[in-house]
Amino acid sequence: MTEKKRQIIVFLIFAAAALSAPFFLKDSYLITVLIFVGINTILAIGLNLLLGYAGQISLGHAAFFGLGAYISGILTTRFPLDPFLVMILAAFCAGALAFVIGFPILKLKGHYLAMATLGFGIIMYIVFNETVSVTGGPSGLSGIPYLSVGPLVFDNDWNNYYLVWISTLAVMLLAINLTQSRIGRALRAIHDSEVAARVMGVNARILKVQIFTVSAVISAFAGSLYAHVVTFIAPASFGFHFSVELLTMVVVGGLGSIYGSFLGAAILTMLPEFLRVFHDLDIIVYGLMLILMTMFMPGGLVSGIQMVTQYIAARKAKRKDEHAQA
Amino acid sequence: MSRNVFRMILVLCFSFLMAGAVFAAPPVKIGALFSVSGPASFLGEPERNTAVMMVDEINKAGGIKGRKLELVVYDTQGDATKAVQAANKLIKDDKVVAIIGPSTTGDSMAVIPVVERAGIPMISCAAGIKITEPVNKWVFKTAQNDVLAVMKIYRHLQQQKIDKVAILTVSDGFGSSGREQLRLQAKEFDIKIISDETYGPKDTDMTVQLTKIRGNEAQAIICWGTNPGPAIVARNARQLGIKTPIYMSHGVSSKKFIELAGDGAEGIILPSGKVIVADQLPDSDPQKKNLMNYVRKYQERYKVEGDHFGGHAWDAIMLLKNAMEKGGFSPAAIRDQLEKTKKFSGIGGTFSFSPDDHAGLTSDAFVLVQVVNGDWKLIK
Repeated sequence: MTEKKRQIIVFLIFAAAALSAPFFLKDSYLITVLIFVGINTILAIGLNLLLGYAGQISLGHAAFFGLGAYISGILTTRFPLDPFLVMILAAFCAGALAFVIGFPILKLKGHYLAMATLGFGIIMYIVFNETVSVTGGPSGLSGIPYLSVGPLVFDNDWNNYYLVWISTLAVMLLAINLTQSRIGRALRAIHDSEVAARVMGVNARILKVQIFTVSAVISAFAGSLYAHVVTFIAPASFGFHFSVELLTMVVVGGLGSIYGSFLGAAILTMLPEFLRVFHDLDIIVYGLMLILMTMFMPGGLVSGIQMVTQYIAARKAKRKDEHAQA
Repeated sequence: MSRNVFRMILVLCFSFLMAGAVFAAPPVKIGALFSVSGPASFLGEPERNTAVMMVDEINKAGGIKGRKLELVVYDTQGDATKAVQAANKLIKDDKVVAIIGPSTTGDSMAVIPVVERAGIPMISCAAGIKITEPVNKWVFKTAQNDVLAVMKIYRHLQQQKIDKVAILTVSDGFGSSGREQLRLQAKEFDIKIISDETYGPKDTDMTVQLTKIRGNEAQAIICWGTNPGPAIVARNARQLGIKTPIYMSHGVSSKKFIELAGDGAEGIILPSGKVIVADQLPDSDPQKKNLMNYVRKYQERYKVEGDHFGGHAWDAIMLLKNAMEKGGFSPAAIRDQLEKTKKFSGIGGTFSFSPDDHAGLTSDAFVLVQVVNGDWKLIK
């Protein structure tokens, strides 16, 4: 019970910090960056459910992100449909697609799974790029309307910040609940040993497809948000490169940690802003980060923070001992 | 007497101080978004180099109305998300008065809502017709439309009495926009497209498409793309012994293309900005002086030949400079003055903007050139 209370308090503190941030930033351009941090956090959580909890890799998650963005973008620019309705439709389509391809793909393991998802990502990228009459092709789709609720139009940074971050917090809450449930435990069991999980009566095959679907739905939702916030989409934003960036976010932040996903998304989104001085060298910094993280902090930054606090606590205790002895 | 001298000195000191204050006015910040890295770096790099060179030159000559310029360049990597973030940073953090770039149509389209909301004038260096059609109050561009390039080729074909062509376009922003125009204008010029092939931006062999084209009765081949694809097309065509005349787009009008295509480039005709044949232009051409100047200075500073992509940035900076000289440094005044620009002879052509035309060029912005003995030759 106390553990649950602690978690509620942590979430509330996080939510309060996220929702009050704009008051401190005023009209700074950091608000724009934080909007993208929010969208990337949703994406990282989606991938983390699959990779961090169920232990299934995906190198094609940018495709679901793109699918959400394109379905929202195309339908709201061509037809007078309600954008929120289209958003649900987009999430449903991405989910359905994930469910269908999930059965054959998730039978694969390790490198083969990575290859299959990579292939899927590239196929979707080609579809976005080549179907010029539908998606606008490589030069993109513009004129996507802003979202609006009654008289409130989400057409400035301040409003968009709250739109994105309230969505992000909702996804976080959902993900935390999911991972604490019976399903979450079953997923971790699959991660540790699929055979053992099966022996214990977990239907691993269905469960993997289900979490893949949930992950795709979350990604597509982020895509729809992105389309309405930026009001322009082009295939270059949904390519292989972005899939890898997402993977880096999850690994750097911490596999199997929801707050870790936020941390990874924040770092990977903010970093280029500070690395602008290095110009083309930023890709080297990403690579180095990934190598160092997997070597020294395989649990990601979240576990790194725990390691550091434990280390400091241990040293304090030791010093106290020495004092006492002296 | 001594009191008078003292007064003189005081007055002198004061006037120096005033002068000092004028010179110490903070520099005017201009933002630039170029795809310096990534697939469109062939555009972004010469554009950045040119912009940096021009700003240095303006500052060396004393700036504008006594104020220096400061150029803030960010790399968009050809990614819309990064372009939007960088544009926001330029406007909110760096507080620029105007933005030049981005280099690609996609990036430009992504940035338009941002500059429109903030009320900052932008001069895009991308070619896509969508950027200025419909006209957006804050958005101008310096790159020539594909419409004009296609028109130039079709007119030449008509003169040669050619009416059946095969087109071969690359599947990226540049190629798909060219393909659209080629198909659209074919009817106007009574030209039949009997074969419509595409290739991927990273393909290394186009023999398949060319073999298909060789089998039909096309009298000319039009290839639309940017390096290195068209160079491969040129080499493959030579290997296959194709004798049909080949036309290419302004996307390859730099020396790099001749280097890459080698012998295959010989005889190929393409529309291009005047910059690559600056020395062959008649002296009466109003652009000639600026063109020769640009080519010489770029060569001196960067040890490579300037191309017309860099020219887009030259035009953007000089248009801004003229607007600031006339109207001052507020974004709204710069925009108003830009719109009033008339008969400005730049690198890309002679610009005349108006409230319904923010692209400002006519078809004389292009000339047709042919590769002869490994160099460009102006077709008159």
